[in-house]
Amino acid sequence: MFYREAGDFKTSYTDDNQTFPIKFDRYRYYVVLAVAFGIIPFLINDYWANAFLLPFLIYSIAAIGLNILTGYCGQVSLGTGGFMAVGAYACYKLMTAFPDVNIFFHVIAAGGVTAIVCTAFGLPSLRIKGFYLAVATLAAQFFLVWLFNKVSWFYNYSASGQINAPERTVFGVPVTGANTEAWATYLFCLVFLAISAIIARNLTRGMQGRKWMAIRDMDIAAEIIGVNPMRAKLSAFAVSGFFIGISGALFFAVYLGAVEVGEVFGIQKSFLVLFMIIIGGLGSIFGSFAGAAFLVLLPVALKLVGVDLLGWPTDIVAHIQLIIVGALIIIFLIAEPHGIAQLWRVAKEKLRLWPFPH
Amino acid sequence: MPEQLVFAMEVFLNGLMAGVLYALVALGFVLIFKASGIFNYAQGVMALFSAMTLVGIMKGQVPFAHVINAIFGTDVHYFGWTVPALLAIILTVAVMVLFAWAVQKYIFRHLVGQEPIILFMATIGLAYFLEGVGDLMWNSEIKKLDVGLPQGINEAIDNYTFNIFDYGFFIDNLDIVATLIAALLVGGLVIFSQYSKEGRAMRAVADDHQAALSVGVSLNFIWIMVWSVAGFVALVAGIMWGTKSGVQFSLSLIALKALPVLMLGGFTSIPGAIVGGLIIGVGEKLFEFAIGPMVGGATENWFAYVLALIFLVFRPQGLFGEKIIERV
Repeated sequence: MFYREAGDFKTSYTDDNQTFPIKFDRYRYYVVLAVAFGIIPFLINDYWANAFLLPFLIYSIAAIGLNILTGYCGQVSLGTGGFMAVGAYACYKLMTAFPDVNIFFHVIAAGGVTAIVCTAFGLPSLRIKGFYLAVATLAAQFFLVWLFNKVSWFYNYSASGQINAPERTVFGVPVTGANTEAWATYLFCLVFLAISAIIARNLTRGMQGRKWMAIRDMDIAAEIIGVNPMRAKLSAFAVSGFFIGISGALFFAVYLGAVEVGEVFGIQKSFLVLFMIIIGGLGSIFGSFAGAAFLVLLPVALKLVGVDLLGWPTDIVAHIQLIIVGALIIIFLIAEPHGIAQLWRVAKEKLRLWPFPH
Repeated sequence: MPEQLVFAMEVFLNGLMAGVLYALVALGFVLIFKASGIFNYAQGVMALFSAMTLVGIMKGQVPFAHVINAIFGTDVHYFGWTVPALLAIILTVAVMVLFAWAVQKYIFRHLVGQEPIILFMATIGLAYFLEGVGDLMWNSEIKKLDVGLPQGINEAIDNYTFNIFDYGFFIDNLDIVATLIAALLVGGLVIFSQYSKEGRAMRAVADDHQAALSVGVSLNFIWIMVWSVAGFVALVAGIMWGTKSGVQFSLSLIALKALPVLMLGGFTSIPGAIVGGLIIGVGEKLFEFAIGPMVGGATENWFAYVLALIFLVFRPQGLFGEKIIERV
């Protein structure tokens, strides 16, 4: 009834090309933004920020990055953990080398550094594809983690081998270090997520996104109709690396505060982000959010039900979590290969016809 | 003879032995990939799971003891009997066949015709699932596995090399046994696939699914069989690694090591898996020996992948793989 194009007259090309052409969608988007920026910061407490909101925001950025590479451009990457580590260490080096510069720029610059590294490791994609490439990105994962472990320049020769985020402020409010408040860190991450999502959304529906999708669907055919495969693939690696770098920097500086690279940015992290985009939906920005929310909430929910409610030992709940995640991956691949995003799309189609089904 | 060279020779030999174990895991990958086009990431977890099952059966552990205890408040852990190794191995093989049947029936039958990368991701999901089930069933402690394989330094080689070089090589008996078993296994597989009816059907399926189907080969049966054989190979690999370093989670990570082995050897070639495994095994040990001390060690973590990466840029289909021809 209310969810349809009819009655919403577009009178200019700008109107016609807007991100959300349906009025209801547009207002929903504004409402979500208003709630996220205007209401949640007043209600937030430390538990919810650390258990759900911060990881959700940060993983969403990583998932958007990986989704651009894997979902839109079709280049499967298992090196996400390694690239996030690049972002974290770049941010750390910048924070300690230029303490006067605002951390906002450090995070952006960390994204830039990661983009360069990611592009370098994307070079083999010009020769190899499919899971050959997936294995090649494993090289990035293991090599980068090893590098950050062994070369002490990266962690400023600290005895523990860890990196610790010093306190930095934005507009006088601390966002990293020990004395942060939940709402400040939340807003800081939210700003990055909102900007990333808007950039990603517009990139993927524009010319660049279409080139990526052409490469994903059939790279030889794409080359024949005039898409430059080298530029398309490497740009996907660069953009994806930029977002993943930002998420790695935030994960280290804002969320954890201290990082031991092998533990935090190991191969498990790569799989986690990959699972997020499979469950959420390959080739969908909304899917990146949905997948991140789902896989961040799942352990929290399982812990609530299993440990607190039923009183089971934590290790059993952890094993059950593995089983559920694995089974969900398989179920989604069989029943709904396009993930939660597809369920959302189906719901929207239904909504369009509602209440008259014909 | 200079001392360094003798050391390097010992490292080389040990690398060969490690390479055999990589090759053993890679073999399981190749079998499934050839027959069904599925790149089975779960192979390493299968090795872990089968080794856990073997230990569990041998010790008479109660499956899901933890869960039963948590739900019913009981305190059961062991049945109180032990099972001889051979019988336990046979039972474990039965479990792996059951597993193969279930995987085929509930997962891959529904994914026939999907893109390879989707199948690959499904096996990652399978790996997580199986790991969770294994931990839940047999708990996640590090277990000792002893099926009576010889272990420890081989005295004969030690003495022999000492007479020649004035320096005894340290070669583990277990590695020698592993090499022999791997050779037997490969020989057996070759004979099986060349001369038995089922083996030929398997090769036919590998060649062309539809043609094989049209001459009356049951795809379903072949796939279950291939997964069972891969399960058996995983069990052998699991026994070797488990005896060497205990049955624990890191066992499943050797699956990741098998990936560069495969890329080097080519995904579709059994000899390729063996040669690739040997190259990786020797390469990473020699690299660690020669370069490792200069850059802080632990280069084994990444050397195999980087080697495969560099190699692939020059020869994308691997050493023995079929040439990749693409059409629009």
